[in-house]
Amino acid sequence: MIKNPEFNKFGGTNKYIASQALQNAVNVAIALGRPLLVKGEPGTGKTLLAHNIAFGLGKKLIVWHIKSTTKARDGLYVYDTVKRLNDARFGDRDISDIKQYIVLGKLGEAFVFPEQAVLLIDEIDKADIEFPNDLLNELDEMSFYIPETSETVMAEHRPIVIITSNSEKELPDAFLRRCVFHYIEFPDPDLMSEIVLVHFPDIEENLLRGALKQFYMMRQIDDFRKKPSTSELLDWIQALLAGGVSPQKIEKEIPFLGVLLKKEADTECFQGKKTGTYGGRSSFFKRY
Amino acid sequence: MFVDFFYTLRKYKLPVSITEWMVLMDALSRGYAWSDLTDFYFLARSVLVKSESYFDQYDLAFREFFQSIETPPEIRDEVLEWLRNPLNRLPLTPEELAEMDLMDIDELLRLFEQRLREQSEAHHGGNKWIGTGGTSPFGHSGYHPGGMRVGGESRNRSAVKVAAERRFKNLRSDVTLDVRQIKVALKRLRQLSRIGDKDELDVDETVDKTCKNAGDIELVWTRGRKNNVKVLLFLDVGGSMNPHSAVCSRLFSAAHSATHFRDFQHYYFHNCIYEKLYTDAERDEFVYTNHLLRTLPGDYKVILVGDAQMAYSELTYPHGALYYQDLNETAGIEWLKRICDHFTYAVWLNPEPFNWNHPTISAIKHLFPMYELTLDGLDHAIQKLIVKH
Repeated sequence: MIKNPEFNKFGGTNKYIASQALQNAVNVAIALGRPLLVKGEPGTGKTLLAHNIAFGLGKKLIVWHIKSTTKARDGLYVYDTVKRLNDARFGDRDISDIKQYIVLGKLGEAFVFPEQAVLLIDEIDKADIEFPNDLLNELDEMSFYIPETSETVMAEHRPIVIITSNSEKELPDAFLRRCVFHYIEFPDPDLMSEIVLVHFPDIEENLLRGALKQFYMMRQIDDFRKKPSTSELLDWIQALLAGGVSPQKIEKEIPFLGVLLKKEADTECFQGKKTGTYGGRSSFFKRY
Repeated sequence: MFVDFFYTLRKYKLPVSITEWMVLMDALSRGYAWSDLTDFYFLARSVLVKSESYFDQYDLAFREFFQSIETPPEIRDEVLEWLRNPLNRLPLTPEELAEMDLMDIDELLRLFEQRLREQSEAHHGGNKWIGTGGTSPFGHSGYHPGGMRVGGESRNRSAVKVAAERRFKNLRSDVTLDVRQIKVALKRLRQLSRIGDKDELDVDETVDKTCKNAGDIELVWTRGRKNNVKVLLFLDVGGSMNPHSAVCSRLFSAAHSATHFRDFQHYYFHNCIYEKLYTDAERDEFVYTNHLLRTLPGDYKVILVGDAQMAYSELTYPHGALYYQDLNETAGIEWLKRICDHFTYAVWLNPEPFNWNHPTISAIKHLFPMYELTLDGLDHAIQKLIVKH
């Protein structure tokens, strides 16, 4: 079988290193015209992925941030009844034209965009449990109907849909069946040094090695409430560079610990581990 | 032949549907995996598997199905690469090198293929067949000076090897629990009801009122929907619970930091609940169990965590408690019954693996629905806390 030339569109960008598996998943999703569902630890670059697909393929990015109060309909269109009611009260506008009170949501915007767009539905798990189910048909058909104006909004160019989830809620099976799924693994040290080099091309070899060594050592501590992730590492390296910390110093201690650990309990736990006095809360359970 | 892979996946309890399988077939017919097993591994995974907690099962199924298919060309490349690399000859002594020269590459390869054909099963040790250990020229971890390593570690990771690594083992939902996973599970414990301040615009009512008002707008506000769930956590600490302290403390910190409960209270006990419940894990400070039963309404959702293993007397005899300070007039089982009667929704989570035939476990299981303290168990337990038991 010959490699399909339409395939392999996305290969990461100069700002974003994507593993082979991730590139494959993105390309499969684009080729099949199905939404790509991306999961992974916080800070592994789920949201950035959509930005970089749009950037890499030269397409417009439309972002739909999901909140706990977001309804599926908000993404399609909003019918501003209160405004119409208000206009009716003063009678200074022609309220018989309902169209002027219909505002397209982000999904609708992506459908009517004159060329193929990238639509990011960010943190879909924040919304109500039923939310993804309400979007099934719209994402399948890439069209929806507005009863108020008897119009059908149809996508001429199916947008590339990227959906991110932090698995705060289980997504419904029917929804999952329609998606292509990818789980962004935590990068291994090799991939991580590539990622760091993209952001800090001039970093000293020694410094990078020392920083990564300490970072992966900290990742091995399971007692943290929140383990440091890629974005914390990048911030930390920036701090190290700005502070002019020498590689030797990093080997001995961890400067700017607060950049890596964001929770007080974690800092406490880490200091305790270092001095061998770690106990704190969890030791409650070990006593009789 | 290929549809068997579908059934292998189903055998490993992966929820793969026919729709997804058809999508995969579609993708394959369009040439998205261009006859490369590694590409196929990722393609099939992204189309068929929709949660990282199933990745391990997928790996196992993939390994089982493709193990026999892939190996020959892989080994050949690997072997040739090995043989062509002059560095691999460096650590050998001159005598060994002389011995090596007796056998040139072509002969070695020919012999290798011949043995590969003759050999019908895995072989380890010995001096002729391909396998591990041993002094034959083929295999790995062996002693033949110029032998080739077959399998073992390699820089080129094939799909089957990726699958064999089982890197997603600890994401399986039936095995581990971390704070976040517990939080996710606890999130489902919610019942929305209209409580609190009237701070939401009720559009329907507003339109209605405004119409009745002859078009003069009158806004109507209503109470927002908030979570009305109150949780009571009883933790068994000390003694036989010590091996489980890590998972219990994770459950505790998840429940403690869950912000969506209307109220959360936790108490400690040892082995069984008697007159007193302790507010600290050292069990110095206490409240009376009766006081809780009197003051807390029955709609609290109760989660008991413990291994439920104790001496039978501790559960069923008055004065059976292990500690002098507990001096219970009433048997433990009676107290558990009272809790069970007072609170409509109560579950027992047991950190012990599901193999419960201890007599006290059976007795307690009679009162409370009991679940394993794993993600699956927790999910079931929470389901039980939402609908009536």
